[in-house]
Amino acid sequence: MSDDKQPVKKMSIIVSRGSLDGIYPALIMANGARMEGIDASLFFTFFGLNALANKTLDSLKVSTVGNAALNMAMPMLGLPMTMPFPTVMGAIPGVSAFATHLMNKEMEKLDIPPVREFLELISDSGGKIFACKLAMDMFKLKKEDLMDRVDGVLTVGDFYNESAGSGTHILFT
Amino acid sequence: MKKNIAGTEIDVNEEGYLTDMSQWNEQIAAAIAVEEGIGALVDGHMKVVRYLREQQAKGAALTIRSMGKSGVVTTKELYDLFPGGPLKKSSKIAGIPKPVGCI
Repeated sequence: MSDDKQPVKKMSIIVSRGSLDGIYPALIMANGARMEGIDASLFFTFFGLNALANKTLDSLKVSTVGNAALNMAMPMLGLPMTMPFPTVMGAIPGVSAFATHLMNKEMEKLDIPPVREFLELISDSGGKIFACKLAMDMFKLKKEDLMDRVDGVLTVGDFYNESAGSGTHILFT
Repeated sequence: MKKNIAGTEIDVNEEGYLTDMSQWNEQIAAAIAVEEGIGALVDGHMKVVRYLREQQAKGAALTIRSMGKSGVVTTKELYDLFPGGPLKKSSKIAGIPKPVGCI
C-alpha cells in the first residue's frame, strides 16, 4: 500500500437523528467497519438517543413528513421509483407506520437486524456505544433508561478524546 | 490465477480467495491462516470453517448476523477467533468466495 493511501483505523460516528431511517445508516457503517477490522464508536446525541432509550428503541419509525425522497420506497410496493409521493401525504395518520413496516420487512430480508439486536451485534463485535451527556440532561434521561450495551455517557470533550489517534475519522449523521 | 499453497497449485482470485472450493483441504486452510495472521488453527476455527463450507455448498448468503445465530459460534467468539475481519478471513481460510454483503 502506498503512503498516500493511509488505512482507516477507526470510525467515530455521531448519530443525531432518531428516526429509523436516521439511525440505520450509522449502525450499518459501524458494523461494516468492525467487519473490516476497523474500530468503531457510536456517539448518540440529540434525537439519536431515541435509539438507546429502552422505552423507544424497539419502535422507531421512518420519517415520512418532509421526506421528499419517499418515491424511493415505491419499489417495495411493486411500483416504479419515479412515482411521486407528495410530501403532504406523509402526514396522513398511518403512513409513517406503514412505511416503517415496509422498511423493516425489507431490512429483515437483507438480514439486517432490528435496532436492539443491531446494537448488541455491534457491541459484541467490540464496537463502542456512547450517549451524549448534554442531550441526556436535556431529554431528562438517566443511564438506567438506556439499553444495557451503552458503554458510557460522555461529554463532547470525552468523545473527542475517545476518538484520538491518526487514522480516526469522525462522521456526523 | 494459480498460487502455490501448502505445496499444491490452487486456483485463486486476485485477492487470494479460492475460486474452486473443492481444491481446499486442511493443510491449505492452515497455510492461509498463517498468511492472514491468524496463526495455528484450533478446534474453534475449524468449527467455523466447516460451517462456512456447508453453508456455501447450500448456496446460503453469509452474514455476520447469521453466523452469530448459527449456534456454531457467538459474535464475540468469531471476532476473537478471526481478528481484523472475521467473515472475510474465515471465508478465505474456508476456501469459499469473499462474502459480498455489507452485513
